[in-house]
Amino acid sequence: MVTPKAPTSNQAEIPCIGTMNLGLTIRGSTLLNDISIQVTTPGVTMILGPNGAGKSLLIKCLHGLIAPTRGRFEIGLHQRGKTIPQAMVFQKPVLLRRSVIDNLQFADRHSHQREALERALEAVSLLEKKDQPATQLSGGEQQRLSLARALITKPKLLFLDEPTASLDPASVLIIEQLIKQASQQGVKSVFISHDIGQAKRLGSDVIFLNRGQVIEHTDAATFFTNPHSREAKAYLDGEIVL
Amino acid sequence: MPDSAFLEAFGLIATANADLYEILWLSVQVSITALLISVFLGFPIGTTLAILDFRGKNLCTTLLNALMGLPPVVVGLLVYLALSRSGPFGVLGLLYTPTAMVIAQVVLITPIIAALTYQVMDDLHREYRELFLSLNIQLPKAISTYLWDARYSLITTVLAGFGRAISEVGAVMIVGGNIDHLTRVMTTAIALETSKGELAIALALGVVLLTLALIVNGLVTAVRTRARKYGYT
Repeated sequence: MVTPKAPTSNQAEIPCIGTMNLGLTIRGSTLLNDISIQVTTPGVTMILGPNGAGKSLLIKCLHGLIAPTRGRFEIGLHQRGKTIPQAMVFQKPVLLRRSVIDNLQFADRHSHQREALERALEAVSLLEKKDQPATQLSGGEQQRLSLARALITKPKLLFLDEPTASLDPASVLIIEQLIKQASQQGVKSVFISHDIGQAKRLGSDVIFLNRGQVIEHTDAATFFTNPHSREAKAYLDGEIVL
Repeated sequence: MPDSAFLEAFGLIATANADLYEILWLSVQVSITALLISVFLGFPIGTTLAILDFRGKNLCTTLLNALMGLPPVVVGLLVYLALSRSGPFGVLGLLYTPTAMVIAQVVLITPIIAALTYQVMDDLHREYRELFLSLNIQLPKAISTYLWDARYSLITTVLAGFGRAISEVGAVMIVGGNIDHLTRVMTTAIALETSKGELAIALALGVVLLTLALIVNGLVTAVRTRARKYGYT
């Protein structure tokens, strides 16, 4: 486990996440166990691990959608300690039964002008479809709209739960580019993926989960070249990790 | 069945027979009034049940679903007992009035509207819940969003309620008394005229009732088709 470095002055606006012995038990099953992590780096933190490892549950806890049954966590800005705006993109896009642009407007807490909403749609290549019913978009388009909707809320922290699973390469590319752009603008992303290539492209650090526990948390370069744990090595080698 | 009865029935409709249209008008008035009250009660009940988590919720939904199948004559009997002179609301003198018929229909339709609303809202709430939490959407905005996004399904619910109300006979017969020019509606008039052998007026009312049922079902189909076309289901 990597001990995070103390934040430097230029990291003052970087959101940080800290958990202490976080746990979640539902109907007698322990789904998250003793999760203690410190995420203080900018960029994209990748969460990797086999199915059922607890990746989605962890980010749902961190985003406040599920209350953990044990431990505690804090999300804030370095040196300020205040809560920060955050958003989440779900694995299965949830879109309102209205037009594409109306979906964006629904989430718009900052009362953007219509031109700003259209620019946001242009960024995800959906401007031409702005008046179409959102639920009639393709899977890739729906997920791009979900990302645009998350970004229109101007989050400092963005959780992404396998947003590119089963998407076409063009949509994957658009989503990855947007996340990189957001990163450059100071948005911290926590990204769940099963795609190791994607994790290498995007990740600044990696949290590897298995059976509801953090097995490894290191910077991305170390994780992919020299994983410390047997499970992570097996996962990267394409073996089935149980 | 004599062909002359059919001809006479269509003649009554075509010539806008006053008795026929009086019965038709009262039927529509009673059913629409009952429907509006039921929607006013049923939408909040169904929505509240769907959105809020509380102890006994499963019992409430089971009860609501069971009430959908209330036998009309039993409802008629209970409303009759409540409104009769010796009943708790006898002093109001509502028995054998259109108001009594409205009350009986409200008791019958409200569980239907509420239960169907619950189904629609529950599905939507399960779908939107995490998104709304994520976007920090407050309850009033969430409810208005549910109502708007479920509008096509709710219109179908309202039409289903109207269909049930306009075709109901048992309860309104008991509490309305089927009094000529006062509480006689299409269904009770059909029952009476058939028993008297006055087939022409019974057939005429039957044709009108059937036409109304077809219109309502046509509207339901049109609403569903539009909803599917625009991805609103």
